[in-house]
Amino acid sequence: SSSQSGMTEREERRFAEVPRESIKLMAESSGVELSEEVAALLAEDVCYRLREATQNSSQFMRHAKRRKLSVEDLNRALRWSNTETICGYGAQDALPFRPLKEGELFFVEDREINLVELALATNIPKGCAETMVRVHVSYLDGKGNLEPQGTVPTAVQSLSEDLLKYYQQITRAILGEDPHLMKVALLDLQSNSKIAALLPYFVYVISGVKSVSHDLDQLNRLLHMVKSLVQNPYLYLGSYVRSLVSSVMYCILEPLAASINPLNDHWTLRDYAALLLSHIFWTHGDLVSGLYHQILLSLQKVLSDPVRPLCSHYGAVVGLHALGWKAVERVLYPHLPAYWANLQAVLDDYSVSNAQVKADGHKVYGAILVAVERLLKMKALSLTLAAEGSGAGLPGTTTGAVGFRENSPGLSPPPEPLSEPPLGIASHLQAGGAGCPWEEWTPVSLPAMYCELYSFFGDSLAVRFSTGPPLGGATPPGPCQPLEGRKEPASSAPNLENTRKMPQLTASMNISPRRDGSPRSPLSSSSRPGRSTSQSRDIFPKARFPLPQAGPPAFSFIIGGRQMGRRCQGRRFQTSFTPTPPLTTHPPRAYAHKLPVIGRVSKPVRRWTCSHYSLHLPL
Amino acid sequence: MAAVQDGPMELDAEKEAKPEILSDGTSNLSGNTASGTLSSSPLTAAPAGGAPKMEDQQTLIAVLQFLKRNKLSESVEILRREAGLGEHQEGSQATDGSGGGKGDGDGGDANSLLSRVSITSAAAPQSMPVKSDCIINIFRCDLPFMFMLSEDQPDVSVVLSAYSQQGDPPLYQVYYSGLKNFIESVLDCHRAELSQLFYPLFVHMYLELVYNNHETEAKAFFDKFSGDQECYYQDDLHILCGLTKKEHLKGNEVLLDFRTSRFVLHISRDSYQLLKRHLQERHNNQIWNIIQEHLYIDIFDGMPRSKSQIDSMSGSLAGEAKREVNKAKVFYGLLKEPEIEVPLDDEDDEAENEEGKPKKKKTKKDSLGSKSKKQDPNAPQQNRIPLPELKDSDKLDKIMYMKESTKRIRLGPENLPSICFYTFLNAFQGLTAVDFTDDSSLLAGGFADSTVRVWSVTPKKLRKVKSAGELNVIEKESDDVLERIMDEKTASESKILHGHSGPVYGVSFSPDRNYLLSSSEDGTVRLWSLQTFTCLVGYKGHNYPVWDTHFSPFGYYFVSGGHDRVARLWATDHYQPLRIFAGHLADVTCTRFHPNSNYVATGSTDRTVRLWDVLNANCVRILTGHKGPIHSLAFSPNGKFLASGSTDGRVLLWDIGHGLMIGELKGHTDTIYALKFSRDGEILASGSMDNTVRLWDSMKAFDEVETDDFTATTGHIHLPDNSQELLLGMYHSKSTPVTHLHFTRRNLLLAAGAYNSQ
Repeated sequence: SSSQSGMTEREERRFAEVPRESIKLMAESSGVELSEEVAALLAEDVCYRLREATQNSSQFMRHAKRRKLSVEDLNRALRWSNTETICGYGAQDALPFRPLKEGELFFVEDREINLVELALATNIPKGCAETMVRVHVSYLDGKGNLEPQGTVPTAVQSLSEDLLKYYQQITRAILGEDPHLMKVALLDLQSNSKIAALLPYFVYVISGVKSVSHDLDQLNRLLHMVKSLVQNPYLYLGSYVRSLVSSVMYCILEPLAASINPLNDHWTLRDYAALLLSHIFWTHGDLVSGLYHQILLSLQKVLSDPVRPLCSHYGAVVGLHALGWKAVERVLYPHLPAYWANLQAVLDDYSVSNAQVKADGHKVYGAILVAVERLLKMKALSLTLAAEGSGAGLPGTTTGAVGFRENSPGLSPPPEPLSEPPLGIASHLQAGGAGCPWEEWTPVSLPAMYCELYSFFGDSLAVRFSTGPPLGGATPPGPCQPLEGRKEPASSAPNLENTRKMPQLTASMNISPRRDGSPRSPLSSSSRPGRSTSQSRDIFPKARFPLPQAGPPAFSFIIGGRQMGRRCQGRRFQTSFTPTPPLTTHPPRAYAHKLPVIGRVSKPVRRWTCSHYSLHLPL
Repeated sequence: MAAVQDGPMELDAEKEAKPEILSDGTSNLSGNTASGTLSSSPLTAAPAGGAPKMEDQQTLIAVLQFLKRNKLSESVEILRREAGLGEHQEGSQATDGSGGGKGDGDGGDANSLLSRVSITSAAAPQSMPVKSDCIINIFRCDLPFMFMLSEDQPDVSVVLSAYSQQGDPPLYQVYYSGLKNFIESVLDCHRAELSQLFYPLFVHMYLELVYNNHETEAKAFFDKFSGDQECYYQDDLHILCGLTKKEHLKGNEVLLDFRTSRFVLHISRDSYQLLKRHLQERHNNQIWNIIQEHLYIDIFDGMPRSKSQIDSMSGSLAGEAKREVNKAKVFYGLLKEPEIEVPLDDEDDEAENEEGKPKKKKTKKDSLGSKSKKQDPNAPQQNRIPLPELKDSDKLDKIMYMKESTKRIRLGPENLPSICFYTFLNAFQGLTAVDFTDDSSLLAGGFADSTVRVWSVTPKKLRKVKSAGELNVIEKESDDVLERIMDEKTASESKILHGHSGPVYGVSFSPDRNYLLSSSEDGTVRLWSLQTFTCLVGYKGHNYPVWDTHFSPFGYYFVSGGHDRVARLWATDHYQPLRIFAGHLADVTCTRFHPNSNYVATGSTDRTVRLWDVLNANCVRILTGHKGPIHSLAFSPNGKFLASGSTDGRVLLWDIGHGLMIGELKGHTDTIYALKFSRDGEILASGSMDNTVRLWDSMKAFDEVETDDFTATTGHIHLPDNSQELLLGMYHSKSTPVTHLHFTRRNLLLAAGAYNSQ
């Protein structure tokens, strides 16, 4: 027995031992009295059997390719050696093994579980997620090193601590409350040269537009983030362009949750997003083949879907407009007759319940008008240029493009994101896939186009144009605007007026009062030239839709973004359109301060948000 | 040396009881020292007299032996005549009486007799040398599986009974230290070789002590000498250490393993002579007996081996492989590619489409190549193993394979493959096995919850064949009938196969992607159809957990190996195995087909790799050197080499033709569960539990080995320690053990494993 204990001591270093006392206790608990000798023998045997079972069970562990021995492994070993298995220890969690000081006892804590509580619990545990397989690719170069980060964002790469911090700070700043901080963050995002690795993360954040569609502010911020990324000259967007475009398109086209409340100015957001879209397209469109076609297709789809709300249609129109007059010509213009019927129905409905929808309809109307106007203007211009410059091509185009390229990497946004090289679009269209609806498109002559458009818009279209007599327009040729004059040298067409009597661009402010027969003049029209405002307002009742003189609840919408309910005198709809500058080479500032911006009296227009129409985002 | 006295009567009795055992034994007459194949001799029958008479006899025999020891041969003769003792009886008593139990064939009696005899012999310890040793050679290592499978008590007792013969227990330490001192005092060149004796002697002496109930002495013996053993025997010592009672010996697998085979040692003739002389001088018969009975000393002429040479080859449960075992000719060459030129042209004519032209070109190239390439002299005859006929779909697949091969990236140290890791997420149930199809289109996972899941890794979804009723409606003449039979409604990315009732430890796709095999703890191998996603056959036979299964590269045949220590060869259309590969001393953990389908490699817990001939189920190679259970095997694409990975984290490379170890790749820190050669064999990829994939320059490893004639005959290699040079890259996964590796036909490396969040 002494040797026994000696051996036990020795073995203790090697194995866990079950002492005699434990055996005796266990025997006692089942009512058996054991002698010291028997207990000792039993203890030793138990130890041996335990070790044997453990050794056998480790084989099951190894074949299950695990490091941790599980209860299941032990049970399997027991089962194969014809021994009863141990039940009740199948849980994955470790069982707490507790000592009880008083009795020098160790036991597994086995708490009672209230089954009723468990059954009636409200937080029902979710089922196990489906087993699945994910793929990670480690691209190795010849030397066996992983490819440098940035090029393969999915590759297993860890962001450095600093980058991670930067990412957190930037996103926090941009999505946070402090406008100053946001500006700083956006500026940095626009110029930082070391954030290539973070690009996928930012793109991911931006793709979150869908989850914040109720929050105009956040949407705005995210769009600004897009702008900063797009303008960062050090970033190669690659295929992320697609993702960015889809986020921007979302803002343009989707009936955002924020649109439900008419107090929310989602129009401006759409305008800004459209602007951004054209910007992305012109600067990065070459990165993704077929992008132009895809965008056009989705815009067309929305436009031709009568179920879509008007705000979506509005988005499609401004989107097309932003993509250039060719896009308008090929998608919007052919679709206009069909669409017009729907729009008219909306605008003709004067019921109270339709008030909101009707207001929206006016927005769409205005947007179409602007788009169509520019279409006419640009078409006329292109015809002129084509007529005069045989080999010169389209100088305006090239200069415009070059001018943009030069500007784009800088901090300041491109002054003319909407500059449209018709050739560029044409080439895109030619490059487009077969079977596109506009593939069989045949050009409509300018006069025919004008006639048709005039039939829709009537004088509201005409007032913007000084059309030649052949068109039979009611509007006399307007005086040549300074803009017009400026265009000439740039386009190197001094004999423009002589050679052509085609419709030309005028912003005929002196005409509009004449046309304005409406008694309701907008607040601002008196103090400002405001021709477009009054025109658009007038045209509706005159040409097409007799506007109700005094309808109940009155809202006046100003496209500029502020929407105010003033003077319950009737429903009014104001659009503020600025004429399209004929040439893209002009710095916007040159005309921005000269042209009136209706609806934004006090605030000077930000340079970079200025566009062909003042549907810009107030910031 | 070993004087054998055959008692004819007893021999007959033995033959009746266990004919298959003895028929294998060969009797060697004394003086046949050079050969390690010592002798087999009969177990002796029970003494003629009853129990009471026995003690007298014991005494008489003891006296006789005393006289013999003192060379009083005349007295011996006289005493023997007077006592009426036959010489054989003396011999039988001297060795052991356990055979008596065998004679009856009754387990209970055998045991009682056994214990009686051992008690008596303990009472009359025979420390003196016996001239006429009877060597009990019960088992030959070729036949151990019978004992593994049968759990009859008598057999176990017989095994154990070999230990009854013994000397004075307290003297064991003296014997052992005597030998130890001797070995430590010999010349350096012999010391390393003779040190090989330590471990087997130690274990056998310890077991003898335990068996004879000298528990205290056994423990003391263990404590004193266990520290001297090589570190790679630690695991075994751990098990031994817990074994302190005679009762425990019965049914202990490791012990049975140890007993059922002779521990094989390679010792140069010089060293052996040295040892023999020493033992004779010291009359250290106890040691000598153990050597004769339990050890197989393979004596070679030539320089003694160095310590590192010995260490690289030892470590298995039964010592090294006998050289003669690895002498058999192995046809490791590849079979000639089937001529698919003619039918291919037909196909082209039939379907003269855009792909017609490239196909033709490919075939021409290939046919030219096969013509210029002579039949590999090392290849087996084409029809040595009957192979299934190629179906049209197989030929199409071959064409696809050739096309892909032309786009294959040539890998090398300067051009490593990209790695694509398939991580199993949410595999709470435990991922236990993975396999890819050869064309990398499907992925199968075996899980501990008894399920097998199949994923499509391409955009093509998995579809079932329509039901019988629906199939009747289909127009069978249509060109796209194969497409029409598929049920589009069942299309999904993955399918779950239910059927096993235990963890699935092995999965293997058939080369034609129509079938999937899975082996499970429930003792069955199941064949699943990948057309209907149902179980077609359950192959029963192992009756114990089946650790691995693998399809032949030509389909039809497959091999499985399990806890019952045998590997079995099956054909898919036979419910019983065609061959049983028996010989491993412990579980068969992994099985792989040779690329020419004529051989099967198995890895085992006994730390050996064996190569089996499918034709006749012979073991043609025993490869030792691993220090832990082997969990992965991979043949090189040219069939010449084999790589094996084990729990010790080392990959060993083998030359199959010579049966030699030609490389050791150290670096992994945990069990290697996955090994794969690139398609051209330039790179070996290994995946381990340590969450890394490592790429090795196998070309360099193979090239650097010079297997000259001397090496080939002696089997002594000197391995350069160049693991670091051969390691081309190491890539960490994110907390995901690597369970499987696969090279696509274009040499992209695919790895798979389950993410382990803990």
